[in-house]
Amino acid sequence: MARIIVVTSGKGGVGKTTTSAAIAMGLAKRGHKTAVIDFDVGLRNLDLIMGCERRVVYDFINVINEEASLNQALIKDKRCNQLYVLPASQTRDKDALTLEGVGQVLDELSKTFKYIVCDSPAGIEKGAHLAMYYADDAFVVTNPEVASVRDSDRMLGILSSKSRRAEQNKDPIKEYLLLSRYSPKRVNLGEMLSVDDVQEILSLHLLGVIPESQSVLNASNAGTPVILDEQSDAGRAYSDIVARYLGEDVPHRFIYEEKKGILSKLFGSK
Amino acid sequence: MSSNPQNTTTQRPVLELKSSSFTVPLLVLNKYDLHLISDQLAFKVQQAPEFFKNSPLIIDLDSLVKSTKEIDLKALFGIVRNHNFILVGIRGGKPEHNIIANELGIPVQSATQTNRPTPKPQKIEPAPVIDQQSDNEKNQTKIITHPVRSGQRVYAHGDLIVLSQVSAGSEIMAEGNIHIYGTLRGRALAGVQGNNNSRIFCSDLQAELVSIDGIYKISDDLNDISTGKPVQLFLNEQNLVIEYL
Repeated sequence: MARIIVVTSGKGGVGKTTTSAAIAMGLAKRGHKTAVIDFDVGLRNLDLIMGCERRVVYDFINVINEEASLNQALIKDKRCNQLYVLPASQTRDKDALTLEGVGQVLDELSKTFKYIVCDSPAGIEKGAHLAMYYADDAFVVTNPEVASVRDSDRMLGILSSKSRRAEQNKDPIKEYLLLSRYSPKRVNLGEMLSVDDVQEILSLHLLGVIPESQSVLNASNAGTPVILDEQSDAGRAYSDIVARYLGEDVPHRFIYEEKKGILSKLFGSK
Repeated sequence: MSSNPQNTTTQRPVLELKSSSFTVPLLVLNKYDLHLISDQLAFKVQQAPEFFKNSPLIIDLDSLVKSTKEIDLKALFGIVRNHNFILVGIRGGKPEHNIIANELGIPVQSATQTNRPTPKPQKIEPAPVIDQQSDNEKNQTKIITHPVRSGQRVYAHGDLIVLSQVSAGSEIMAEGNIHIYGTLRGRALAGVQGNNNSRIFCSDLQAELVSIDGIYKISDDLNDISTGKPVQLFLNEQNLVIEYL
């Protein structure tokens, strides 16, 4: 059986798609057969971040409507043969998703895949609800600012009450906190909530902190998941997160401001 | 002048349909005896005639339909109107009652709102006729072990004990006392059915709103309360008192 991971946040623009792409790539690079599904029907982005937008023929909605088979719609990643992308439809809207349709697709994927990463749209409406409904694990992506934290809290409430696991009285969804766009420097200046502040409000297991980094934007524009950029802070942070999720004991990084060494002074670090 | 109804940018539209919620007195009937109902209603009105004059009213038939088969709605409506109430709906009736009500031009309200406390219009001694909960639902303590997240609502018919935090944007309500062994950042309302002896206990008070029996304080009023210290809240002659434990 596959493990279904939903990457969610409530608020938009916090880095859900970036995280979905990075986590899926990270799991696949470690040899686990992984599928990543874009639930953001009508505003599809995942294929851009994954760099496969020119190879989309069929999409998630085609599969749900049985206009295409799952194998026709899945796009195999060129960089890693364990990774497949199921893109969203750009010409439809969230109402095209159905609970049964999503369930069938996930069931079929579960037969052959080890991990299924669901990239949730922003909001708490139908698309976000269906993305998390079947999940086993939830990665809650939060930015260190009050609106994002509040929305994540709302999302956590929905995860614990409106998922399949909640409705069938099974073990609840395992919830993990990913704090993205974190800048220790701005935390020290008092411009940003600290890890501790966010932890106190959400009381959630912290899976990792992703530092604010120029490399995320560069990677997105280039269509390369940022985890492949091993030189960047963000890429290393995502590698740590994947390792921690798989049960390895990796110490947290990027939480405190690093002392600038001679090299970073010379080359500048962002 | 443009007559295009879509043209909303330059002028205010003639009409707007909006949704809004109101507090309407609810007449809960427990016993089907038209004479008794009429007498008791007269007694209530007599206590505050100005308040009840032309007041809107909804009739709750929920417990009545369980005990009585035949209900003469027309006669019931007549009694209510004779006491100068304006009937704006019924709820909790069976389908046949809903049909009759609709024929008489009375809207049918959904009965799903029963977990929402109906604030009493004013302090009147509760008469035995308007007793809202059956005995077995009363005094049940509810224990919540997980965080109450933003957007969630919890209602307890008796006491409520929360062993975790209550997040901002959430709402917990109890007919009895509320105990919170975590940080309270949301809203906590104790004694919601009119119990002025109920209290709120909390190990860290950062609430948006606290209320006992309808008397409330918002977070602006709590500025001088230091966080991280356990407190209790109770009513002292219509004043909401906060005391460090």
